[in-house]
Amino acid sequence: MLLAGCHGALLHPAGPIGMAERSIIYTATGLMLVVVAPVIVLVVLIAWRYRASNTKARYEPEWSHSTRIEVVMWTIPVIIVSILGVIAWRSSHQLDPFRRIPSPDRPIHVEAVALNWKWLFIYPDLHIASVNEVAMPVGVPVVFHITSATVMNSFFIPRLGSQIYAMANMQTADNLVASRTGTFRGISANFSGAGFSGMTFKAVSMTPADFKQWVAKVAASSQHLHAAQFVALDKPSENVPVTYYSHVMPNLFEQILAGKFRSGHLLARAAAPARGSK
Amino acid sequence: MFGKLTLSAIPFNVPIVMGAVAFMVLCVLAVLATVTYLGKWKYLWTEWLTSVDHKKIGIMYMILAFVMLLRGFADAIMMRTQQALSFGSNMGYLPPEHFDQVFSAHGTIMIFFMAMPFIIGLMNCILPLQIGARDVAFPLLNNFSFWLTAAGAVLVNVSLAIGNFSRAGWLAYPPLSELHFSPGVGVDYYIWALQISGIGTTLTGVNFIATILKMRAPGMNMTRMPVFVWASLCASVLIVVAFPILTVTLGLLTMDRYLGMHFFTNSHGGDPMMYVNLIWIWGHPEVYILILPLFGVFSEIVPTFSGKPLFGYTSMVYATMAIAVLSMLVWLHHFFTMGAGPAVNAFYGITTMIIAVPTGVKIFNWIFTMYRGRVRFDTPMLWTLGFLITFTIGGMSGVLLAEPPADFVLHNSLFLIAHFHNVIIGGVVFGVFAGVSYWFPKITGFRLHEGLGKLAFWFWFVGFYVAFMPLYALGLMGATRRMDHYNVAAWHPLFIIAAVGAGIIALGIGTQVLQLVVTFIQREKLRDTTGDPWNGRTLEWSLPSPAPAYNFARIPIVRERDAYWDMKKRGVDLKGSTFVPIHMPRNKATGFIMAGCMFVTGFALIWHIWWLVIAGFAATVATLIRHAFDDDRDYHIGADEVRKSEALYDRVKAGSV
Repeated sequence: MLLAGCHGALLHPAGPIGMAERSIIYTATGLMLVVVAPVIVLVVLIAWRYRASNTKARYEPEWSHSTRIEVVMWTIPVIIVSILGVIAWRSSHQLDPFRRIPSPDRPIHVEAVALNWKWLFIYPDLHIASVNEVAMPVGVPVVFHITSATVMNSFFIPRLGSQIYAMANMQTADNLVASRTGTFRGISANFSGAGFSGMTFKAVSMTPADFKQWVAKVAASSQHLHAAQFVALDKPSENVPVTYYSHVMPNLFEQILAGKFRSGHLLARAAAPARGSK
Repeated sequence: MFGKLTLSAIPFNVPIVMGAVAFMVLCVLAVLATVTYLGKWKYLWTEWLTSVDHKKIGIMYMILAFVMLLRGFADAIMMRTQQALSFGSNMGYLPPEHFDQVFSAHGTIMIFFMAMPFIIGLMNCILPLQIGARDVAFPLLNNFSFWLTAAGAVLVNVSLAIGNFSRAGWLAYPPLSELHFSPGVGVDYYIWALQISGIGTTLTGVNFIATILKMRAPGMNMTRMPVFVWASLCASVLIVVAFPILTVTLGLLTMDRYLGMHFFTNSHGGDPMMYVNLIWIWGHPEVYILILPLFGVFSEIVPTFSGKPLFGYTSMVYATMAIAVLSMLVWLHHFFTMGAGPAVNAFYGITTMIIAVPTGVKIFNWIFTMYRGRVRFDTPMLWTLGFLITFTIGGMSGVLLAEPPADFVLHNSLFLIAHFHNVIIGGVVFGVFAGVSYWFPKITGFRLHEGLGKLAFWFWFVGFYVAFMPLYALGLMGATRRMDHYNVAAWHPLFIIAAVGAGIIALGIGTQVLQLVVTFIQREKLRDTTGDPWNGRTLEWSLPSPAPAYNFARIPIVRERDAYWDMKKRGVDLKGSTFVPIHMPRNKATGFIMAGCMFVTGFALIWHIWWLVIAGFAATVATLIRHAFDDDRDYHIGADEVRKSEALYDRVKAGSV
C-alpha cells in the first residue's frame, strides 16, 4: 500500500531525470502521430473508397508511378526522422546516466551491488550499508556506483528515471535525484534467475532531517558487514527483508568489483576502467 | 554408458509437465497409428520425407511451423494465466523454475521454429514458381536444410520430457547461461537445437541466393523480379551474413560450458558483454530476415487484390535493400542501458530511426497501390489491411524506443514486449497468414474456407489489441518483463485483460484449425480448377493448382514485370504444343538420414554420452561419403508424360473433368 502512489510510474516521475525522459516520450510520440495517425486513417479510407463494389470510384489499372507522390513519401519520413535524430543526439548527452546532476548540494554517493537476489547499498562516506532499501535526502543528487557480484542485472527506480546494467567486474553509474519525498519501487530490470521477481527494493526520498534520522537508525544497527558477513549475504536468497549494517569493511565495493569474493576467482581480472568514477 | 542421462531426468513428479508430455506422446502416436492404418508409410517415405521437390519441402516446413505455433502459443497461454493469477499472496501455478523455462521456450520456439519455418516454407513453395524455375538450385540440400530445422525443433520438444529446457531467456545471456549459474542440461538443449537448425537456415540462405541469381526464366532480369523475390533475396543475403555469427557465438558459449573456457564467464577475464554484442549482431538482422520476405508477400497481395501494378516498384526495391543494409548497423539499440557513451548510443539510436524512412515509404507504396484500384476484401487482403494498421503502430513504438533516454526507462519493460509483439504479430504472423491464405490454392489445389478465414482474422486482430495494449500501459507503469509474481495492485486488472486477449487469439487459432478441417472436408467444392483464382499477376498463377512436379512444361519467356499479367494481356500460349523431356532430381534419403544422425549427436552432446557423439558424428560423415558415390541422382520425365499431364490440366480447366 505504501507503493500505491506509483500508478503509471513513468508518466508520474518524481525527479527531473524521469521528467525529462517522459517529455521525450511525449514529444517523440506526438511528432510521430503527426504522420502515423493520418496514415492509419488513409489506409482505411482508401481501402474503403476504392472497394471493388464502388464502381463510381476512378479506376486506373495501369497507374503505378508518380514522381511527385514518391518525392513526398520519401520526404515526410526524412523530416520526422531528422527531428527525432536531433533529439536523440542532444538528449543522449544531456541524460547520460553517467553525467553528474548540477546542484549546489554535494551529491550523496551510494554503491549499489546486485546479489542473488537482493540489492546491497553501501554509503562509503557514512560507512553504513543496507539491503533492499536505499534512502536519500530530497533534492540532493545521488551518484549510484553500480556493479554486480553475480549475473547481469539492471538497476532501476522507475519513478526517478534511467536504469543501467549492473555487471560483474564492471562499474556503471546512475545519477538520479528525487524532487519530492516518497517511497518508490526499485527493481532489477534484467532477468537474473529464479529469485528475480522478488528482487525489489525501496527507494525512499526523505527530508534532510528524516535522512539524518535514517542514517542514525542504520548506524545503530547491531549488524556489521565484513568479509565473512558479505560471503554469507552473497549466498542466493529470495524476498530478503530490509537489513541495516552499522559498520562496513573499507573498500568492500572495490573488492567486489575485483572479484575477490567470487568462487574460483584466482585469476579474476582487475576491475575494468570505469567511466565517471568517484 | 548414458552420460548424465538417468531415469530421474524425466520429471514424473511435475503433473503439468507430465500432462503436456502425455499429450505430445499421444499426438505423435495418433499420427503414427493413422499412417499405419492407411498403409501410407511407403508413400510418406518416398513422396514426402525424402522429397527434393521444393513445393513438398515448403509444405513440410509450414506443417512444422504450424505445429510449433501451437506449442509456442501453449507457452504464451501459460505465461498470461500465471501473470493474471500471481499477484500479492497468490503465487500462481508455475514456480519460477518452470515459468522461466516457459518464457525461454516460447521465444525460442516462436522465432526459430515457428516464424522461420513459415517464411522459409513460403519461399520454398512460391519463389521458384515466381521466377519460372523447375526447382531450387540445390534440391537435396534443401531437403537436408528442412530436416536440420526439424531436428532442432524436436530437440526443443524432447527437453520437455527428458531433462529440462533453458531458464536463461530466448537469447541465453551469460553469465546466467554459463555452467556456474545454469548447471543443468537446459542451456545445452538450447545451444544444440539452435546450432543444428542454424546450419539448416544458413544452407537455405545459400540455396536461395543461388536460385534467385542463377535460375530465373529468360527475360526476367533483376528489375522484373516480383518484389517477393527481391525481399527473399535480401533476406537470404542477411541469413548468410548473420547466421554464421550466431553459430560462432553459441560455439564460444559451448566451449565455456563443455571445455571450461572463459569467453563469457565472470572470471578469468571472461566478458559476458561480448556475447550480448555478438548475439545481437546476429539478432537484429534476424528481425529483418523475418519481416522482409513478408513485406514481399504484402507487395504481391496488394496489387493482386487492387487490380493494379505495385505503386513505386523501384522505390520498393531500394527501400528493401536499404533496410537490409541498415539492419546490420543498429544492434546496439538492444542494450543502450549497458553504459556506452552518449555518442555511441545516439549513433545507434539514429541509425535505428533511419530504418523508419524506407519502411514508411513501403507503407505509402501499399496505400498508393490501393489508390484508384478495385480493392477486393478477400482474406489475404484483410490480413494485409490488419498489418498496415498494426505494424504502423508497432513501428511508432519502435522509433520511440530508439530514443536512448526513452529506452532508459522503457528497456526490458512490458512496453518493449508489447512493441516487438506489435511488429512480429502485426507484421510477421499476419504476413504469414496473408501469404498462406493467398497461395493456399496454388500449394494444395483448393482454396481455404473463406468465411472461417475471415472469422479467424477478426479473432486475431481484436485479440492482439486486447492482449498487447495493456502491456504497453503496464510498461509505462514500471512493470518489467519475465516476472512470475508481483505485488502492485494497479497492474493486476491489466494482466487479466491481457490474458483475455490471449484467449481471443486462442479462438483465432482454433478457428484456423477448424478452417483447415472444413477446407479438407469441402475440398471438392473449394477446388481451384483455374490455376488463377485471384486474377494474379505473377508467374505462379500461370500454372495449374497444385503445380506439377516439373512446374513449367515449357520455361516461360518474360517481357515485363508482372509477367503473367502481361502474358494474359497479350494472349500468349504458355506451353505451345511440342513438349520435351524434363530433367529432374531424384528423391534421396541422404538429407533425412544425415539430419537424423545429427539429431542423435546433438542429444548425445547434451547428455555427455560421448560414445554416441562419436557414433552419431561418424554416421553423419559416412552418409555423406556414401552419397558422394551415388550416381543415380536424376531422371527424365518423358515428353509424352508431360503432354498427358498438361492435357489433363487443360481438361480440368475447361471443366470437363
